[in-house]
Amino acid sequence: MAINQSTAAAVNSVRGPASEPVNLTVNGSGHAIELEPRVSLLDALREHLDLTGTKKGCDQGTCGACTVWMDGRRVLSCLTMAYSCEGHEVTTIEGVAQDGELHPMQQAFVDHDAFQCGFCTPGQIMSAIALLREGNAGTDEEIAEHMSGNLCRCAAYPNIHAAIREVRDADDGGR
Amino acid sequence: MSPVLGKPVNRVDGPDKVTGTGRYTGDIVLPGLAHAMIVRSAVANGRVLSIDTSLAEAAGGVLGIMTHENTPKVAAQPKLVPSLAGQPAPGESFFPMQDDQVHYWGQPVAVVVAETLEDAAYAAALLDVTYEPGVPVATIEDGRNAAYEAKMIFGGLMPARDERGDVDSALADAEVKLDLTYHYAANHHNPIEPAVTTAQWDGDRLTLYDSTMGVRATQLTVAQLLGMPLSDVRVITHFVGGAFGSKAMVWPHVTLAAMAARFVGRPVRLALTRAQSFTSMGLREEQEQRMRVAARRDGQVTGIKHEKLSVTSPFDDWAEPATGSSSQVYGPENYLGTHHLIRGNTMTPTFTRAPGESFGSFTLECTMDALAYELGMDPVELRIMNHPPVDPHGNAWSSDGLADCLRSGADRFGWAERDMTPGTRRDGNWLIGTGVAAAGYPVAFFMPVQHARARIFHDGSVIIQTSTQEFGTGVATAMSQVAADGLGVDMDVVRFELGDTDLPNTTSAVGSMGATMVSSAVHNAATTLRNDLIALAVNDDASPLHGLSPSSVRVGDGRMTSTLDPSISESYADALQRNRLLDMEALGSWTPPPFDTPHGLLTFGAQFAEVAVDKDLGLVRVRRMLGVFAPGRVLNPKLARSQLMGGMLWGMQQAIHEGNRIDRQSGRWALNSLGEYLVAVHADVPEIEADFVEVEDDVVGPLGVKGVGEVGQVGAAAAVANAVFHATGHRFTELPLTPELVMSGLPG
Repeated sequence: MAINQSTAAAVNSVRGPASEPVNLTVNGSGHAIELEPRVSLLDALREHLDLTGTKKGCDQGTCGACTVWMDGRRVLSCLTMAYSCEGHEVTTIEGVAQDGELHPMQQAFVDHDAFQCGFCTPGQIMSAIALLREGNAGTDEEIAEHMSGNLCRCAAYPNIHAAIREVRDADDGGR
Repeated sequence: MSPVLGKPVNRVDGPDKVTGTGRYTGDIVLPGLAHAMIVRSAVANGRVLSIDTSLAEAAGGVLGIMTHENTPKVAAQPKLVPSLAGQPAPGESFFPMQDDQVHYWGQPVAVVVAETLEDAAYAAALLDVTYEPGVPVATIEDGRNAAYEAKMIFGGLMPARDERGDVDSALADAEVKLDLTYHYAANHHNPIEPAVTTAQWDGDRLTLYDSTMGVRATQLTVAQLLGMPLSDVRVITHFVGGAFGSKAMVWPHVTLAAMAARFVGRPVRLALTRAQSFTSMGLREEQEQRMRVAARRDGQVTGIKHEKLSVTSPFDDWAEPATGSSSQVYGPENYLGTHHLIRGNTMTPTFTRAPGESFGSFTLECTMDALAYELGMDPVELRIMNHPPVDPHGNAWSSDGLADCLRSGADRFGWAERDMTPGTRRDGNWLIGTGVAAAGYPVAFFMPVQHARARIFHDGSVIIQTSTQEFGTGVATAMSQVAADGLGVDMDVVRFELGDTDLPNTTSAVGSMGATMVSSAVHNAATTLRNDLIALAVNDDASPLHGLSPSSVRVGDGRMTSTLDPSISESYADALQRNRLLDMEALGSWTPPPFDTPHGLLTFGAQFAEVAVDKDLGLVRVRRMLGVFAPGRVLNPKLARSQLMGGMLWGMQQAIHEGNRIDRQSGRWALNSLGEYLVAVHADVPEIEADFVEVEDDVVGPLGVKGVGEVGQVGAAAAVANAVFHATGHRFTELPLTPELVMSGLPG
């Protein structure tokens, strides 16, 4: 899983260490908030924007529970500094369902019982949708390999694979 | 029985989980919330000489720093008792920061409370703690000479010794004898949600939002530690992000959160970090198990001697009870099971999924496999011929099914085509093998009386309430099915409320007893309310059902109908409205059978696995797993399969991935992150299937439900290891089966 290294929008001035204004675009909405430079995107979402669907499982880039999209690519929000997200589009699990209707991947997760406790699930779904977009879901081996950054301690893995296959094989390819 | 029971319906809380709207404990935001960070001891033994807080105090945003010098003394330290018993249930009989002594590495020595998470984490890093270190005793090798035989284990609930007949004579006289010693590295639960507690005081009343498998256990434990009446402590949990036993007991951080909130006069959230999770929630202890088996040439096992040695804390005689399976599944006439302990510098170990039976059954089932090879007998048949129809006390099983599970599994797995000779199958560079193991997990009636409430409104909608917790089992879904069945309504009019000590009491959902005890209480609540509604109608002059005998009224779709004439019928809603009742409610209670109920009580299953072993690199890849189980009535096969499959994969990762070791010099755990401590990932998962054998059980509760949370794991690791033997011809007696270990046993 790649971490977005783009700093184009953040290098215009040295900021911090105290809180400074930051403009974040999350799920299509702009948010002007004050953050210290040491705040991760994960903590900015959870503690400052009350977007708690993105979960903190390890805070060190090993579990994938905090997976979100930056400009459509999946990133680990615990290893992404919030400042570095200015000028980028961040999408979280709260931005996946449209007009109150579940995304086909969300519905497939429900139908295939692709979770138990549900704590890793937002990250799994963000990865699973991105996986299809990346073209990394052609075979079972590809799915298993390219989902392996998202741990599920309940071990719902076989059901997650079934959900991904169903959406991949649907007529609209998961929208 | 209505069609809703046993139907594979989707989870009722699925949409909450896939949209991120379900609120886990760490998602609860309170006005004025402050953040706490634990500082852990850097030594495993010794004492704190000084804690310099000046740099931390000056770091900004700090609201308070608790150390052993200013932390309030606890009112009374409860003794460790498993939370299923419904008593205060501390994870260890010890509370930190009461004096300067350090007993284990990672013990809390300070708590920093600050405005923000970043402030708290930074200030915690600036605390300057100096220690007078002692020499740690933390591993079996450190303390082998000081081991003693425990009298009672499991918080005093179980005798540590199980003996019948004369096993030494049986071994001396045996036609065939085996003697194997197994070594198991420690396991950590590592749910993806690290434990978190948020505490809020309102005068003398405390509300705790806690990620727990038992809100009542948290309430009981914290109230006793803080010297508070139970009525002043409310504990809430809506969604728990996995537990696997780590949240079955109440660990010190929960009460520290309450103390910290009082200390700073603000609501406080205390979240453990991933690294702290390795030292704050107990673990499955490092252990050594020796098994000696006596058998006749015809395969009959005549004696088993099973000895366990493990490390416990300075505070508690804790051992996973390892001998339940070896005593009962094949029930030999001569048996001795013992638990020896070493008191060391570790926190008290605790329940970890399939406590006791996972390693205990590994010892038994690998030894039985070795016996099958010694005798040249089929491992499936050897097990079936040795499985008795009664438990060692001569009591018939409340329900059995082991032989059916083994036969049905063997059939589906293609066992008959297996060439028993080890090391004969190849797939390129891979050595291929298959293995089998039996599974047995106890049904333990430790719990007190269970309660649930059923309430119907005059529009026909229903709320079912009990204090239980949702940590992945799907309890809200299965219990909505139970309630709909008992009351005779559609499942979609039922809402199940849980996770709050203000609701009627059920005990911690642990030991695979959650489904049994909660379904029993919910069933009794729903059927009591149903009977009250029928009584209302048949005694009401204005009801079309007036004058009917209650036994000639059936219910369904929210209506009461005469069994004699289906045209005589009315809805619950009509009966309530006509009687000017806005609602009606009933409390349902379930009294479990006594612990010594005269029945054999195990949930049985059979595990099959196929592995591939890289003959040059020692890598073990599991290719195929099949588990067949007999858990009584299955409330929802979709949910039950998920849990059983998860358990089987826990067995797989216990066999080939998981294990932690303590560094003997420092007393520290070697692995402290999910990057180091290996768990199964997507790419490790084999073709896998879990299925059922139907057995009826009229002992374990009104619905005959046995649990599925742990039996899925029992035997799974042994099936994998037995498959590795079949592939390689080498019997490994150590877990996990790391590549370096497996290489050491491969020829060339």
